Amino acid sequence: MSPEIEMSLYVLILAVPLGLQLVQRVSPLLHTPLMSLTNAISAISVVGAILVAGAAGASKLSQVLGCVAVVASTINIVSGFLITDRMLKMFRKKDK
Amino acid sequence: MEQIWQIAYIVAALSIVGSIKWLSSPATARRGVMAGQFGMLFAVVGTLLRAEVVDYEWILISIFIGAAIGAPLAYLMPMTAVPQLTALSHAFGALAAALVGTAEYYKNIPTGFTMTALVIETVLGYLTFTASIMAFGKLQEIVPTRPITYKGQNFVNIALLLFAVSLGVWMIVEPAPSWVFPTFTGLSLLFGVLLIIPIGGGDMPTVIALLNSYAGAACAAMGFALSNRLLIIAGALNAASGFILSVIMCKAMNRSFLNVLFGAFGQVQEGASAQMSTKPVHSATAEDAASIMAGARKIIVVPGYGMAVAQAQHKLRELTDALTKRGVEVRFAIHPVAGRMPGHMNVLLAEADIPYDKMHEMEDINPDFAEADIALVIGANDVVNPAARHDTASPIFGMPILDVDKAHTVMVIKRSMNPGFAGIDNELYYMDRTLMLFGDAKSFVAEIVKELPAH
Repeated sequence: MSPEIEMSLYVLILAVPLGLQLVQRVSPLLHTPLMSLTNAISAISVVGAILVAGAAGASKLSQVLGCVAVVASTINIVSGFLITDRMLKMFRKKDK
Repeated sequence: MEQIWQIAYIVAALSIVGSIKWLSSPATARRGVMAGQFGMLFAVVGTLLRAEVVDYEWILISIFIGAAIGAPLAYLMPMTAVPQLTALSHAFGALAAALVGTAEYYKNIPTGFTMTALVIETVLGYLTFTASIMAFGKLQEIVPTRPITYKGQNFVNIALLLFAVSLGVWMIVEPAPSWVFPTFTGLSLLFGVLLIIPIGGGDMPTVIALLNSYAGAACAAMGFALSNRLLIIAGALNAASGFILSVIMCKAMNRSFLNVLFGAFGQVQEGASAQMSTKPVHSATAEDAASIMAGARKIIVVPGYGMAVAQAQHKLRELTDALTKRGVEVRFAIHPVAGRMPGHMNVLLAEADIPYDKMHEMEDINPDFAEADIALVIGANDVVNPAARHDTASPIFGMPILDVDKAHTVMVIKRSMNPGFAGIDNELYYMDRTLMLFGDAKSFVAEIVKELPAH
């Protein structure tokens, strides 16, 4: 096993329980915003899309697939964060 | 550590972890969104600064197009459509992961561990893409919302998945012929469609949470394929989050994952409903309802998907205000699976400006029903069906429910006596203490508000 893979596996081993811990503490009140926020965060796959689309000497196929992936993940990022914020703005504790 | 992008990635990872941590309470939640956006900005800018990226023009154009589609989507969708929008968002994110996997595959066919990660990324990406599109279609009611089942369905689905997986294993073990990858892609896409066809509206909360988890897992797999730890962290957090939410949803329905995915819930039990529907019910007018409410001290409102459909949340807020002014205590009881996604009802009530300290979770409020003068059920059905407690023959037996039948008087606003999409008759409607208020939820609540001052 290469050191690269080993390191990645360690990261996964630590990230999964961290995620489980963090999410378990989120109040059911906010489960919809939680889902749209994590959804926006998972669109970090835009990183992979940029690397594919912009690589030196990328084939036409890679460029096209990469650019479509950038469009799709940007839609995901923008709509995910905006709708989360729009929802959270509405939550307030007490009557005025 | 001399590369700027590496530092940017570490800042991005920290912000993303902080983002979910801050989301845990409503007081800090918006800071969580800020942190998430900040992290994403660092991730994107950091990536653009990497030496490997030489061609900017099309990337920037693509980002611009994505933003131009995403922003109106988020601003123009009504709050009741949040489940659809979330499903659509999942579809786009998963598509991106799948396309990146496809591009990587054709760039230079990898082997061993990297290929394994790539196969997982692609299968999850493509199946989540079509499954989310189907879920979107069902939620938007473009696709029939009733579960569509046929004989041997589970067999077909499982056989298809096994076929796709074995093609994936083939590609991992040795370089496969050129038809294998496209076939594998096609099977993954098809499996996503078939997975959602038998699922009914009531199971959507679980399914959306599950798709959320798959999208995260695809992202983490991409992290392994590209040796990118930022993707692994973000993907793992998302996968964990979706997984926990779907477990919570399953528990709230007393069902297993396998049962949700392969159970095809919601076929009408003809015998039982035909027998029950001949029983008499007590129906009442808005005036009756208003006069009883005027004399009450404690009211608990139970909203369900019907409230969302009728857009009744704003009228409900008016009713709450009018009653509160008269000294009546009004609270809201939220079942975990009410609506079409986890937390759906909370968002709608918040939209109508109802403060969240009046919204209560099932476990917290259930003991209070016995002291409530009125339990007002608006558009909820299965989550208040007492059959879940005692009728072992009922498909919802064992599901935790809101104990509305313990309240002094139960009022149910409902369009007609037709059983809900799950097709399960509800004995709550036939109780002596239950008043059925037939009509559209929005206009009925409005009428009660109008009648209230006279009492």
